[in-house]
Amino acid sequence: MATAPKETNKAAQEVLLRVENVTKVYDGTVKAVDDVSLTVMKGEIFALLGGSGCGKSTLLRMMAGFETPTKGKIFLANQDITNLPPFQRPINMMFQSYALFPHLSVWENVAFGLKRDGMPKDEIADRVEKMLSLAQLNKYAKRKPHQLSGGQQQRVALVRSLAKRPQLLLLDEPLGALDKKLRETTQLELVNIIEEVGVTCVLVTHDQEEAMTMASRIAVMSEGYFLQVGAPDAVYEMPNSRKVADFIGNVNIFEGKIEEDEPDHVTVRCPECIHYVGHGVSGHPGMDVGVALRPEKIMLSKDKPNSDYNWCAGEVIEIVYFGAHTTYHLKLDSGKVIKAQELNNTRDLSCGLTWGDRAYASWNNLAMVVLTQ
Amino acid sequence: MSNASNKVFAKTWMIAVYVFLYLPIITLVVFSFNDSKLVTVWSHASFRWYAALAQDSDLISAVLLSLEIAGLSALMSVFFGTFTAFALNRYKRFKGRTLLTSMSSMPLVMPDVIVGLSLLLMIVSVQNWLGFPERGLFTILLGHALLGTAYAAVVVTSRLREMDSKLDEAAMDLGCKPMQVFTLVTFPLLVPALVSAFLLTFTLSFDDVVLSSFLSGPGYSTMPMVIFSRARLGLNPTINAVATVTITVVTIAVIASSFYTSHQERKRKREEAQAYSDSNK
Repeated sequence: MATAPKETNKAAQEVLLRVENVTKVYDGTVKAVDDVSLTVMKGEIFALLGGSGCGKSTLLRMMAGFETPTKGKIFLANQDITNLPPFQRPINMMFQSYALFPHLSVWENVAFGLKRDGMPKDEIADRVEKMLSLAQLNKYAKRKPHQLSGGQQQRVALVRSLAKRPQLLLLDEPLGALDKKLRETTQLELVNIIEEVGVTCVLVTHDQEEAMTMASRIAVMSEGYFLQVGAPDAVYEMPNSRKVADFIGNVNIFEGKIEEDEPDHVTVRCPECIHYVGHGVSGHPGMDVGVALRPEKIMLSKDKPNSDYNWCAGEVIEIVYFGAHTTYHLKLDSGKVIKAQELNNTRDLSCGLTWGDRAYASWNNLAMVVLTQ
Repeated sequence: MSNASNKVFAKTWMIAVYVFLYLPIITLVVFSFNDSKLVTVWSHASFRWYAALAQDSDLISAVLLSLEIAGLSALMSVFFGTFTAFALNRYKRFKGRTLLTSMSSMPLVMPDVIVGLSLLLMIVSVQNWLGFPERGLFTILLGHALLGTAYAAVVVTSRLREMDSKLDEAAMDLGCKPMQVFTLVTFPLLVPALVSAFLLTFTLSFDDVVLSSFLSGPGYSTMPMVIFSRARLGLNPTINAVATVTITVVTIAVIASSFYTSHQERKRKREEAQAYSDSNK
């Protein structure tokens, strides 16, 4: 369901948000954010992805103005906003818990920010009307938040944060509070509304699927710093480290040494097999590397492949059926367990493998990524 | 034990509890309509003691004084209690926070006699030193507000704790200055807690006899003090009458408020169900 990266905007892109060497230290010792720099272009949806405690929320809160950086600066459209209080920033945030005001109706919630700006009444009414129709909420205008379903509350929260036409919209785990089924539809609705308004977004999430479907660029964060920043497909297909490969999706990592190092290929000898990688890497013979291989890029068969490279054999110890695909756990002769994912493209379970069978896993010479970090 | 005998036991137990709790009150109400001068001997029904109550200016002025003190001290308690709760809840780090936390709940556990005595000693020495305050309305108010503040702080704190702290941030994010966050978001959401804190502290003050006895001066007797002193001289059925009036007022208030809250609750449930079925259409 991944929507294509949205890099279609103007050729000369403007920088909207610039974070320069920002560090946040709590209680003098705990580094929540450690010397992070990033730029977000106008019109972009940028995702901060990471597990809990990786510093992504702290970074977002510093953008919103709820926290001040210990070191470093934040610029919005070339203006230093590092020490500006939240109520003076042209930035709005959609909270994970939505934080709708329970004593105000949907209409009043959306109008709340506009009233604080002293906007004339008829303009407020106009703007709120527009916002509500954007999210198809007009008929719920008089309701209180508790009279809405989860999905509706989420839309109210979104249009409330868009009502003031902020230069930057911050989304804190935008889909975190919804159940799985609702997520998929809501995700697309959310992206559609955001694109219609054309606002620049920074979103925080721990859910890689959410980051990949919504964002045009992703920063993978761990222990307060960025591991990798890039488009979703780049981060997925070309992770730059074991941590990123492991965090985004499932991955099998083979540890080995570079044997041959040619401009057009490399071979890596691992205890389980020899990898023939069909492109050059920045390494040298004898170097310890990891070879990352995604489960969906592995083919399984009962027959031994007739090649010297890129296959290994093992026993099927676990079969996990997901409906659209099945994941097989293969215990290799070395004792290592790898996962292989087969698409269920016919209704009989295609490759006919069952528990205890000996199976051969093979893959294409462009399927893997050599990790030097 | 079988299910049936279980039920019988439960029922008997329930009745026993109700009898224990309410028989004395019912007796009191019934005997307030007794014509006899003796509190424990029934002669025949009459409103004699209610008529006597209407003539009893001491008792009436005591009731009025009690109402005045309860109202004012409840207001003061809610005011100071709210600020205490706010400081403890919203400001996680300031000097003396731990001290304030334990000190603010101290009056809850401290025996009233001790609080009353220490306040009396303090007031007497301040009075010797500065010439005021005279013991009377003001000193009773002070004592009740002291006790009430602790209770109000507990009520407001629990409400603040269950409030989503993100609401404050959302308000600020949408352009509220800190003071506006309070007036536009926090305060409206606190109103139910403030009302129940007010009712609680009002009741506490209204039936306090210990603190009042220590802190009152000549000419300032609250209703519980009058009842207490008359009871020691031998019960007078007028007391039954004034108690019955009080009970009636309280009962009506309690029934009305429980009707109101259950009505609100039902309305809320209905609306939530409505929202749910709407979203599934």
